[in-house]
Amino acid sequence: MFTYYIDLALRSLRRNTVLTALMVLALALGIGASITTLTVLRLLSGDPLPARSAQLYYPQVDPRPALDDPSRARPMPAMSWTDAMNLVNARKARYQAAMALTQAKVMPAKTGERPFFSDAVMTTADFFPMFDVPFRYGSGWSAGEGQARARVVVISDALNRKLFAGANSVGRTLRIRDHDFRIVGVLRPWSPQPRFYAVWLGGRSYGDGDGVFLPLHTAVADKMSPNNLNCFAAGGDLNDLTKAPCIWLGVWVDLPTASQARAYRGFLDNYVHQQIALGRMHRTDVAMPDLMQWMRESHVVPSDVQLQTWLAFGFLLICVVNTVGLLLAKCLKRSQEIGVRRALGASRRAVFAQFMVEASIIGLAGGLLGLLFAELGLWAIRQQPAEYADLAHLDLGMFAFTFVVALVSSLLAGVLPAWRASVLAPAPQLKAS
Amino acid sequence: MDIRPIFSALRRHRLVMGMLILEIALTCAIVCNSVFLIMQNLQRMNLPSGIAEHQLVVVQMASIRDRPDADARAQANLASLRQIPGVRQVALVDKMPFMFSGNNSDIKLRPDQPQPSLSAGLYFGENLLSAFGARLIAGRMFHADEYLSLDRALRGLHDNNVRDLPRVAIVTRAMAQRLWPGQNALGKTFYIGKDIQMHVVGVLAQLARPNSLQRGVGFSWVVPIRMNADEGGYYVIRSAPRDRARVLADAVARLKQHNPGSIVMAQRSYDRMRAEYFSGDRAMAGTLIAVCLALLVITALGIGGLASFWVAQRRRTIGVRRALGATRGDILRYFQTENFLIVGFGIALGIVLAYGLSLLLMAHYELPRLPFSYLPAGALILWCVGQLAVLGPALRAAAVPPVVATRSV
Repeated sequence: MFTYYIDLALRSLRRNTVLTALMVLALALGIGASITTLTVLRLLSGDPLPARSAQLYYPQVDPRPALDDPSRARPMPAMSWTDAMNLVNARKARYQAAMALTQAKVMPAKTGERPFFSDAVMTTADFFPMFDVPFRYGSGWSAGEGQARARVVVISDALNRKLFAGANSVGRTLRIRDHDFRIVGVLRPWSPQPRFYAVWLGGRSYGDGDGVFLPLHTAVADKMSPNNLNCFAAGGDLNDLTKAPCIWLGVWVDLPTASQARAYRGFLDNYVHQQIALGRMHRTDVAMPDLMQWMRESHVVPSDVQLQTWLAFGFLLICVVNTVGLLLAKCLKRSQEIGVRRALGASRRAVFAQFMVEASIIGLAGGLLGLLFAELGLWAIRQQPAEYADLAHLDLGMFAFTFVVALVSSLLAGVLPAWRASVLAPAPQLKAS
Repeated sequence: MDIRPIFSALRRHRLVMGMLILEIALTCAIVCNSVFLIMQNLQRMNLPSGIAEHQLVVVQMASIRDRPDADARAQANLASLRQIPGVRQVALVDKMPFMFSGNNSDIKLRPDQPQPSLSAGLYFGENLLSAFGARLIAGRMFHADEYLSLDRALRGLHDNNVRDLPRVAIVTRAMAQRLWPGQNALGKTFYIGKDIQMHVVGVLAQLARPNSLQRGVGFSWVVPIRMNADEGGYYVIRSAPRDRARVLADAVARLKQHNPGSIVMAQRSYDRMRAEYFSGDRAMAGTLIAVCLALLVITALGIGGLASFWVAQRRRTIGVRRALGATRGDILRYFQTENFLIVGFGIALGIVLAYGLSLLLMAHYELPRLPFSYLPAGALILWCVGQLAVLGPALRAAAVPPVVATRSV
């Protein structure tokens, strides 16, 4: 029976090829636009560390002077050196690390070559185990080495290829500004998307990973300046960031269970009250969003992308309404044929099914063509000047989802015409001819 | 023309009609809002900067901050750039209009003011105004002895020592008019930071701020601070537009030669810098234009497709009307009027939807309300699209010969 419906549907679609092409094209355009924007949106709002994100938290405190209106208080998006070090040294979480981004000036090993800047992270030892950073050679540094301001460095796979042609460079030397650093680890390619740890620190939110990772204490001793620095009070020496009233460090903590997270939240409150008692702080507002929450609060996904997604689905809606109208008109035109089929014994259900099969064939064709449009759209996005441009690719999930969208929208478009066709009374139609 | 027969015909196809009206209404809502967004993007992209954009090339050097002769090197670099044939002005500046970073200062008229009067973008760098080609409309440029080094100014800011800070400033006309409406700004004073007093000595016709454009594009101010070679910054070089490429190549070669240890971060014409700043807006405008066109085409095809059906279905009726004396023009006008009415209903519903959509967008994004003038414009576009789409089927209907009436199907 089903194959018979398909046969009928194909005949009907062939009878009016222009109209069929029009419906398929409209649906395909709508699907193409929706899948393109949805792919980008999903990519940008994705989970950078799926295995860990639920247990990573971003504690925030508020070191600013007292405020007249406490209800307006919101904790700061980063920490001062003192608060960051207090939290990291308290070791209340399984892992904890403070970090800032900087530009490391890498000096050439041979004379005649020009120096270049590499995106660098200055951080504490737990950065690597906490974020599950994969190493190709060697490992990170120990907390002791970090505190002792050891001149050690971990480099990315890309930088290792550039400088050492991909060989095991552990033990070799990297000259940053005026100092030699010993390479202790080389990473495998690692760039979580979004680059969650870089969000407030003055780096890009998407794109390539960082090239150089060096101990925070060493970097501060060498006067490397963070990419983003926000001073909340006047006075204070910008040449000594460990004392300046400025925020520039992001702190992440790893709390595997909910009870540990609750305990840490209590610890954070206690810490702030203790600092207030000491006269160092004045505000009690704290926050401890988990990774995905912090991504949402920081508005990592550009609002243009969200707007485009809404627009694309509005477009798809119009295409579906367009298809409903055309299918309805078609069904009216075929009322005689329906009358004959009904008179020869086809049930209402059979007529309904026949029209739904016709609609879903249009949907499948629209989905196939829509996939083509989506690939075209993603190609266009890759040409755009956005930092996430290179990431825009269709994955298997979205590939399958395209057909779901296509079928659902065509079936939605088909329901009304099919219902109209099935409730037509056969007798008047037969009489008219 | 009597439209009653049209209504009675339309009533018999309520469902199809409803779909068509809904499609037109949705198209109207989305197109009106999209065109508004496009206009906003275009407006942003065409913001005037107030500088001689087409005459400037820019070289950005990396900051190094660990050599004692940074002042002398900056002067040597500038002197060398001045010797490039065709160069009119050079300067080492901290910021330029339309960049991704800027220094924004809160400006107060009284030191004890609780809320600042406005936020303005700060510019400094010796010779900045003549290199930019910004036009002074009142007062004077800075005197050579008013310039302080950035190093000293930062120290002054840290120690709150007014003697190490500049005391004079040049402001834009937009900023002066906001601070002192209807008054002469020259000689007026304002405050920054805790209680640092600044005297206005000059007023610029126009100078856009580097970033934070939403806080007032025209609010900028300039202070006499000199930068050195280790504090980063941009070498701005002004020449005739046709000399730019050659001047840029020469400038980069000279800077590299004089500063072997430093890194050229960027080198380009100001036109390119500006285009890069607005590239996101341009991409978004392009996407919106494409979506609007696609929507209008799909709606037109939908209208045309349905009209074809109707014409095919009513061939006999048309024949009867023709046989009873209706002219071809009558039939043509019938279908055109019918389309005008349908699109009209769609637009009426569309205006409501457009406003709803606008309110939704305002709630979620920082967007102003859709201005009323976009609605008649959107209506006109849709009416035109509708008439164009129905023209083909209507002409086919008009061509139906009266003899059809006498034939059985």
